[in-house]
Amino acid sequence: MKILVCCGSGLGSSFMIEMNIKKVLGELGVEAEVGHSDLSSAKAMQADVYVGTRDIASQLELLDGEVVSLNSMIDLAELKEKLSEVLRKKNLL
Amino acid sequence: MLQVILDILSVPAVLVGLVALVGLAVQKKKSAEVITGTIKTIMGFLVLSGGADLAVAALSHFGTMFQQGFGVQGIVPHNEAVVALALKEYGQQTALIMTFGMVANILIARFTKLKYIFLTGHHTLYMACMIAAIFIAAGITGVPLVIFGSILLGLTMAFFPAIAQPTMRKITGTDDVAFAHFGTVGYVLSAGVGKLVGKNSKSTEEMQFPQGLSFLRDTSVSVALVMGILYLVVAFASGRAFVEANLSDGQNFIVFALLKAITFAGGVYVILAGVRLILAEIIPAFKGIAERIVPEAKPALDCPVVFPYAPNAVLIGFLSSFLGGIIGMAILIALNAPVILPGVVPHFFCGATAGVFGNATGGKRGAFWGALAHGILITFLPVLLMPVLGDLGFANTTFSDADFGVVGILLGNVLKLFIR
Repeated sequence: MKILVCCGSGLGSSFMIEMNIKKVLGELGVEAEVGHSDLSSAKAMQADVYVGTRDIASQLELLDGEVVSLNSMIDLAELKEKLSEVLRKKNLL
Repeated sequence: MLQVILDILSVPAVLVGLVALVGLAVQKKKSAEVITGTIKTIMGFLVLSGGADLAVAALSHFGTMFQQGFGVQGIVPHNEAVVALALKEYGQQTALIMTFGMVANILIARFTKLKYIFLTGHHTLYMACMIAAIFIAAGITGVPLVIFGSILLGLTMAFFPAIAQPTMRKITGTDDVAFAHFGTVGYVLSAGVGKLVGKNSKSTEEMQFPQGLSFLRDTSVSVALVMGILYLVVAFASGRAFVEANLSDGQNFIVFALLKAITFAGGVYVILAGVRLILAEIIPAFKGIAERIVPEAKPALDCPVVFPYAPNAVLIGFLSSFLGGIIGMAILIALNAPVILPGVVPHFFCGATAGVFGNATGGKRGAFWGALAHGILITFLPVLLMPVLGDLGFANTTFSDADFGVVGILLGNVLKLFIR
């Protein structure tokens, strides 16, 4: 199971979301590889789930994987809810 | 033996590797994680300088063509390009200032009312680099450089989030999160303009705005596209004969120009990959340590944190800031000053953010006029910044975002007053 978080240049916000996802996965007790990248690289990096804020989620829909679109970068409750939904779909929760 | 140790420590890549090593050890990570993390951090620094070579070589052709075509110096402001170039010269000092600057940030958050932890690591790195370059240009080196540089860096990391916070509260509706991006002066300006012009203006989010431009969020693509246009303009201005005789070794001048534009974007891509590797271990360590020492501090995050709150303002801000950049450039040409070209990355990220800040205080009108003012501001700041950067001021690129300009111009001129 691999989760890739994307943002414009893959430096700041995707990195913060990655750290939040690791925290949430810890709380849920799920093991997964989490990484972050810019949009260009994302196309060449296979992942099961792509995560981004809603303003770039349309770019992630073009990739081959589940997409989690976040309304807020800082809302851990939203992240946990949407991530759990995808994890349930993948039978990991 | 001592000499060997000093030699090792004077390699910037090794120095940042050691910082990562200490960070990982403090967090009591497993030894395998400590080793891989340290190696990746060192690799990041080396990758970054490879990207610098690519980007700077492509950009030097741009500079030559611009000079030939227009008779003045043409500069493309781009943080990644200038930092990667500068790190070859000031890597060691930058690494030390960055490390102790983060310590200073934690101490300031712990003991003053500025309770902000600046988590945008690449901007910390870039600011450390610029501070090093300016101090060195003014003749301050060694231990005083690291001490003053770190304190200054720590102050900027706490001060700029503080001045963005009133508008941030309005945008996010919470006081729990802060804003960390060194373009803050431009965003505060935009929010101020928004307040002036935006009475009764509706929010950008209540209108329909075509989202077709969202592919530009892919940084490599947008850099290649906009640089492609700029390269074509200078290739035509300098003339086919000049390019093919002096630069391209006979290759068609249009093909040459477009390939160089994409090479530049590729160089930036490599630099970003390097920066990502450098930060991968250092930032989580910084965040973890800061949370332990100052649990009540607000984490300050990179500019896209505000983008989901107003996706329309993001696009309006970009376009309007870019327009401001073109207006500013026209004024500089008329003044016969060094020409600052509209760099796509600063207008995209900073312009977009200025749009969101302007929208928060003044709706549609605020987003447009605020971002326009921001675009003009970041076109003029580099003109005043470059003379205080020393040798770095002669590059074809420079720091782009507003706070680099403001901090650099103030620091450089204060040092000039007191030292020379």
